[in-house]
Amino acid sequence: MAVVAAVPRAETQTAPRNLGDQVLRFVLRAAALTLVLLVVAMVASMVHAAWPAMRAFGWRFLATATWDPVAEQFGAIPFVYGTLVSSLLALLIAVPLGVGAAIYLAELAPAWIRPPIAFLVELVAAVPSVIYGLWGIFVLAPLLRTWVQPALGATLGFLPLFQGPPYGVGMLAAGIILAIMVVPYITAVSREVLLAVPTSQREAALALGATRWETTRIAVLRYGRSGLVGAILLGLGRALGETMAVTMVIGNRPEVAVSLFAPGYTMASVIANEFAEATSDVYLAALIEIGLLLFVVTVVVNALARLLVWSVGGPVKTERE
Amino acid sequence: MKPRTRRVLNVVMSWLSALAAVLVVLPLLLIFGFLLWQGASAVNVDFFTHLPKPVGEVGGGMANAIVGTLILLALAAALGLPIGILGGLYLADSRDARLPWVARFLADVLNGVPSIVVGIFAYTVVVLPMRRFSALAGAFALAVIMLPIVVRTSEELVRLVPASLREAALALGIPQWKVLLRVVLPTARAGIITGVMVAIARVAGETAPLLFTAFGNRFWHQTLDQPIAALPLQIFAYAIAPYDDWHRQAWAGALVLIGLVFTVSLAARVVTSGRFTGVR
Repeated sequence: MAVVAAVPRAETQTAPRNLGDQVLRFVLRAAALTLVLLVVAMVASMVHAAWPAMRAFGWRFLATATWDPVAEQFGAIPFVYGTLVSSLLALLIAVPLGVGAAIYLAELAPAWIRPPIAFLVELVAAVPSVIYGLWGIFVLAPLLRTWVQPALGATLGFLPLFQGPPYGVGMLAAGIILAIMVVPYITAVSREVLLAVPTSQREAALALGATRWETTRIAVLRYGRSGLVGAILLGLGRALGETMAVTMVIGNRPEVAVSLFAPGYTMASVIANEFAEATSDVYLAALIEIGLLLFVVTVVVNALARLLVWSVGGPVKTERE
Repeated sequence: MKPRTRRVLNVVMSWLSALAAVLVVLPLLLIFGFLLWQGASAVNVDFFTHLPKPVGEVGGGMANAIVGTLILLALAAALGLPIGILGGLYLADSRDARLPWVARFLADVLNGVPSIVVGIFAYTVVVLPMRRFSALAGAFALAVIMLPIVVRTSEELVRLVPASLREAALALGIPQWKVLLRVVLPTARAGIITGVMVAIARVAGETAPLLFTAFGNRFWHQTLDQPIAALPLQIFAYAIAPYDDWHRQAWAGALVLIGLVFTVSLAARVVTSGRFTGVR
């Protein structure tokens, strides 16, 4: 490739040979510039639109828990809290399952099982979030309300996490639906990280007399550790920005409640629910500021995740969700 | 540790990891199963041919939403694909100093941005100046979501074109632009089509960015600068409404939507497996 590239380079970089090449060069560069400008415009337009709220509330926006559109008092705490708690709950469920499944697929499973699993993960990635939400409303929430929450309340009810009336919809439902949605990604990326671990690592451990599991633990997991953290962060990035399914099952109440049974609200779902109905300029600006906050957080999480996965074995192949 | 404990631990952990794999797959099968069961019993001819009935009347369909989704997808493709494919060509080919790196990085950033944030962007740059919700705004939002996917797949596939092909063409004295258009692009075509279809499948089910751009419409849309119905929006609206008949239709809509998404994804696979194998 490098050799081929060198052939035209010598000539074209100093003086493009003909008009056609110049036009092509210009068009391609314009397309790439459009992409760059689009992202710049995205940040600029959102900052501009959020400005009234930034000016009115300043840093208080991030430190107050009042969300009162009538009195035009806006604080982001309930939404930040809801987003963090629902995403962490999702990771709590999804990480052991996803990494476990990845170990099975990369280290133990017979070869024939891999293509169907890869295909399934691909299909799942294509399932629209609104369909998970539909299932959440009509299957998961009733299930939680009639069976799971009463049982949890009876056994672990002494913990503040599991107190209060069982509504079905609420933080717990949101965490579970998010876990179901992100676990395929965590599995897929973790599997690739594990497959990128050099065989010599495994052979060394096996040669020392380690069992299969010991090899996995000592040689494979330790070697791929930072990549696995990256896979988890990629899952977190998706969970933080996930909108429809969460909006449909979290209960949509802007409160900070300790109990997982209580309804909550996330940054993405408050935008989804209230944006089209925002009555005043400052209300709209406050919602856009939440969007901006979400943007910054997801970009940071995703960038970190990519760096970590790269550190183990090249670019992430599953980045095309 | 005693050898016996180690062996037992080995077996236990193997089974646990297999169990994890089962638990990952199980909920997905449950969701598909339930969707098929509920959707199949709710879908009928009316669903494809009728408009939504007024609140309180049973029956009707989502014909306008199905057509609306197709229009939004076509518009989004018309907006996003040319820039995406050209951008991908640029990334695969360019020897500029900084722009490729910046563009690649920003494509990845854009790919990770939650779709609802893209919706806000479309609202501020399309809906606010036009002073109304419109099909154009919805299509713009979907195009922005498609863009990074198309850019990165096109780049990847153009890179896969064997260097010998280009060398042969260049050695014949053909200018670069002709080599790109007549040799490189046709060779990578099947792969790029796959990438495009994956991108379309991905945005077909997007709901969040349409909430305050396309907005939805219970009637046939009139022009592209008016609000337009979309299948995912309609499913969402019907799912959270308190009417049983609407819930039934939401399931039907979900089945149709997932049918659409899977058809496009499967078609993408067929294209790749059939014609592209020679190049790889």
